[in-house]
Amino acid sequence: MNQILKNDATIRWAVLGFFVLAVAGYFMEAWVQNNIMFGLARGLAVLGLMVLWRTGLISFGHALYFGIGAYVVGLVDRNFGISDIFLRLFLAVGASAFVGFFLGFILRKYRGIFFAMLNLAFSMVLYGILVKVESLGSTDGFSVSQTTILGWTPENKYALFAAIVFVCAVGAILVQCYLKTALGTLTTAIRDNELRVEYLGFSVARAIHLKYIMSAGLAGASGALLAMALGQVDPDSMVNWPVSGELVFITVMAGPGSVIAPFLGGVAFEFLRTYAFELAPEAWQLIVGATLLGIIFFLPMGLWSLLERIWKRRGVSS
Amino acid sequence: MTAVPALRVTDLCKSFSGIMAANNLNVEAADGEIIGIIGANGAGKTVFVNMITGYLKPTSGKIEFQGKDITGIEPRNATHVGVCRSFQVSQVFMSMTVEENLLTALSICKQAGRAMLQSPRAPDLLIECEKLMELYNITGHRDQVASTLSQGVRKLLDIAMAVVSNPKILLLDEPTSGVSVEEKFGIMDIVIQALREQGATVLFVEHDMEIVERYVDRVLAFYQGEIICDAPPAEALINPQVIEYVIGGEHAPNMNASEDAIHA
Repeated sequence: MNQILKNDATIRWAVLGFFVLAVAGYFMEAWVQNNIMFGLARGLAVLGLMVLWRTGLISFGHALYFGIGAYVVGLVDRNFGISDIFLRLFLAVGASAFVGFFLGFILRKYRGIFFAMLNLAFSMVLYGILVKVESLGSTDGFSVSQTTILGWTPENKYALFAAIVFVCAVGAILVQCYLKTALGTLTTAIRDNELRVEYLGFSVARAIHLKYIMSAGLAGASGALLAMALGQVDPDSMVNWPVSGELVFITVMAGPGSVIAPFLGGVAFEFLRTYAFELAPEAWQLIVGATLLGIIFFLPMGLWSLLERIWKRRGVSS
Repeated sequence: MTAVPALRVTDLCKSFSGIMAANNLNVEAADGEIIGIIGANGAGKTVFVNMITGYLKPTSGKIEFQGKDITGIEPRNATHVGVCRSFQVSQVFMSMTVEENLLTALSICKQAGRAMLQSPRAPDLLIECEKLMELYNITGHRDQVASTLSQGVRKLLDIAMAVVSNPKILLLDEPTSGVSVEEKFGIMDIVIQALREQGATVLFVEHDMEIVERYVDRVLAFYQGEIICDAPPAEALINPQVIEYVIGGEHAPNMNASEDAIHA
């Protein structure tokens, strides 16, 4: 593991990139800061979906875990007054990974469209419960009090911004380390050939289960961060099916090329949505949809592949 | 006391909706023996291989490996006890290079807990990978992605991946199917020599009688789910039943010998 940490170029770039972003954030306008914060938060869930995608699986229901993460933050705040970002994150990740562990026993048997839709079904069960239960705020949800950081109550949003950048950097680095281990290389191996993996002596179901729990935990962290950034939880922006759709949208837009891609995709999506809404308030989805079509046609491996191309060209010319 | 055979199959049966794909199969294989499995399409060869390696559960009968009952074992557990296989269609990781394929295979089979948390490019695995590539003569294709390999090289990679865990018994399902005529013998020379070095008991399904004649110690001839002949190749390939039901007159390796046997 130490060797992976030392020798990996992606990790070096992630550390540098997130550090620069954290510093630059200080000088950004509030709306830019907010967009980046929301984008990065979503990026964590997309990171989990990317691990599943590399394994050949797509989930249309990760809003389930996103929602669990967000609501856990809201509930521990409302009922126990827990405001620390790391404690909230820990509980949110724990709860979503725990649910992922149980549902994983069912989902690890399914592939393709069945895997995707079963996830959606489970997420809609949670949505159905949340909109009906008055004590959970029903369709309006409820607000989340200000986040503290290790006992310190920051005066402006920049501290939360920096903390979110830090959490995302840690997430990206941990996933990159995982992908570089023997267990992590099982993602591509399973996508390529499940039969061979079984005959090499490893349970494909177990490997998929582990990845599923991981993606659930990441989606939980993602929902938790967004709840803290927004200061609000509600079923429509946290658990409803378009939330899952957005996550898949960002996954495809970002591409599976790197653990940094999901964050890039998340931020790009936030800005795309903001500008599309400004340009055409009545038809902003049209612009967002057309952008995805363009990416699928011209950059099938996502935005990350564009960066890679530019990188290579620069490498060749220099 | 007689030695325990590497593989002992007793009264093995498999039926699919009443049709017997395997009917009372009884086979013993000694350590290091190389056995050719022949038979027309649908004779039950692959069903036999699939039952031993856990891909299919037998309807009845018993499979023992070194005296231990492994009937109906899960595929991955078959690998753990030392029974591995290759497939008629190469089962490799198509998007990975030859080296990545072998490193992934090596790291998966050495999955003792913490090993899974190490990089597959660990020094000991790289050394083993190098050895395997040399043994199977694929070092030159190291950085080539598996989907771009020729059928022959892909087969070699497939078999190299099947032996990463040093199996005691290896079952190869048509190792030369889809391979060009020119490549066939070259591949089998490499594979059989490598497997003899590893000391594994090998059972392989083969349609090419020249290959059977040249490489195996013993032949099992299948016909309609039964073993109709179990003998050394020189004997089996002139057996009238084998000629009639398996080889077919015009494909016989030695026409005179076959005809003599029929008219005898």
